[in-house]
Amino acid sequence: MKYTDGNNCFVYIDHDEGTINQVSLELLTEAKHLMKRLKTPEKVVAVWLGTFTDDIHKILDDYGADHIITCEREDLNHYDVMKHTTVISEMIDAYHPQSMLIGGTVKGRELAPRISARVHTGLTADATQIDLDGETHNLAITRPAFGGNLYATIITPDHVPQMATIRPGVFEAKTFEHTSLPTQETFQYDKALHSPIEVMDIEEKDTKRTNIADAKLIVSAGRGVKNCLDLVSDVAEHLNGEVASSRALVDGGIMSKNNQVGQTGHTVRPSLYIACGISGAVQHTAGMDKSDTIIAINTDENAPIFDVADLGIVGDAQAILKQLQKQLEA
Amino acid sequence: MNIAVLVKQVPDTTEIKIDKETGALIRKGIPTITNPDDLTGVELALQLKETYGGNIHAFTMGPSSAKNMLRELYARGIDEATLLSDKAFAGSDTWATSHILASALKNHSFDIVIAGRQAIDGDTAQVGPQVAEFLDIPHVSYVNSVIDYKDGILKVRKNEEHRMLTLNLPTPALITVLDEAAKPRYMNMFDIFKRSHLPLNQLTCDDLDVSLADIGIKGSPTKVKKTFNKSATQKQPKQTLNPEQAAQTILDFIEAKGGQS
Repeated sequence: MKYTDGNNCFVYIDHDEGTINQVSLELLTEAKHLMKRLKTPEKVVAVWLGTFTDDIHKILDDYGADHIITCEREDLNHYDVMKHTTVISEMIDAYHPQSMLIGGTVKGRELAPRISARVHTGLTADATQIDLDGETHNLAITRPAFGGNLYATIITPDHVPQMATIRPGVFEAKTFEHTSLPTQETFQYDKALHSPIEVMDIEEKDTKRTNIADAKLIVSAGRGVKNCLDLVSDVAEHLNGEVASSRALVDGGIMSKNNQVGQTGHTVRPSLYIACGISGAVQHTAGMDKSDTIIAINTDENAPIFDVADLGIVGDAQAILKQLQKQLEA
Repeated sequence: MNIAVLVKQVPDTTEIKIDKETGALIRKGIPTITNPDDLTGVELALQLKETYGGNIHAFTMGPSSAKNMLRELYARGIDEATLLSDKAFAGSDTWATSHILASALKNHSFDIVIAGRQAIDGDTAQVGPQVAEFLDIPHVSYVNSVIDYKDGILKVRKNEEHRMLTLNLPTPALITVLDEAAKPRYMNMFDIFKRSHLPLNQLTCDDLDVSLADIGIKGSPTKVKKTFNKSATQKQPKQTLNPEQAAQTILDFIEAKGGQS
């Protein structure tokens, strides 16, 4: 269906039994900024599937929702691509939102294409920037392609909702001052929902998983320090930071995929990112160049990592880390 | 078990060059490869066939040069290959591409459709799920391994950020696979000589039940407004220091920035 009468920006709230995924809050905040820039302001509408509580209402409000549409069915508490596609598509049919943002998580990137195919609209994948297209209500959505070697700005001029999945960590979740709670509305969907997909087992990957996506300080290890990771961890600990790594060490089986920064890993934006022995291919810098401050240490003075660094030191990262450790312990 | 695999011929991205003036991709003389995740899909299909028997049919949409890729897949052991090629398809976004692929798949009967997680040129990961929707079959994205196939049910493991799910997926169904799902085998010379000349099916727009309004640039809901290289940020002065000086400089810098330690 090609709607043209859309308004408001829908944000799909990704949650696991009520625990909201951080990326959804990032999108609420970004959507709020965008809607404010419109000549005639439109609303940020949080879309919630599953059991809804006052606490959730409060959180969605804090991060920028003007309105909330819920479909409170217990059989929606757990994400299922088939059930969620059906309910979201029915909502789109009923409300004709102008745009719809979905976090670019594994779930989001499984769900969003299915919805876009069902409601016949455009979907931009894994976006890293959203702007308004000139004076219009249309979004101009920028995304990396070719592993970050090329960027493309995509528009969806004739269909609504203009859909996009947004990479986690690109926008900052911020709370807003507010005077009244956002209004809430129930989307009544009473038909039976079926999914042939059956979950047989769920296994948490890492009991003490480090969450580098939320870290304020990251010491990141590349090939140049692969033989002294204890040193990297120790320095990170002294600085109250987390350890991350480039893809080289993950592919080499030395570091966990959970710690990987870059195109195929996490996008991070800490206050300080210290890149140790990382050459800085675009696939890596795409995941960290939004950090507030970047320090790079590398033996090769032509390493591209220095292009994004605020402080660049040409030298042996291992020897420098050893000195750092010494001085931090002193 | 009848398997359809979706494959795409892509530029070898490590060789990618961008026209600095226009920001456009220079495709001339760029070597092409089978998209790596799709090659994983082909290998997984071959392994499933070895265990459960059946037939593997590869589908691709692209220019006629994609025939070379399909010949290579014959050499790898697939049974049938179809190229969807038409000027009217050019410029299709993921919605239109999926629509075209699904239209071709509708004329065949499959238990499983396997697609790679994403192509290394577009990086969208959207065509697989969209094809599943157009075919009205369930799908699971980011499959990291197929455990078994019993009584028409495919048991798969799916990789999420913080957990691993085991799912039962009744067929017909579509999966998109991560590169860890299977390791592509080496081709042997014998198969390359014997199999790469097998006949290819070729379909154009006229062979499919698609409307011109739904394909190509015109039928694509998304449009590319512009492409560009990320402008290199201004180079910061680099310092060559001995380890002691370097460590001190870093600590001073951190302190000046607000102090973390």
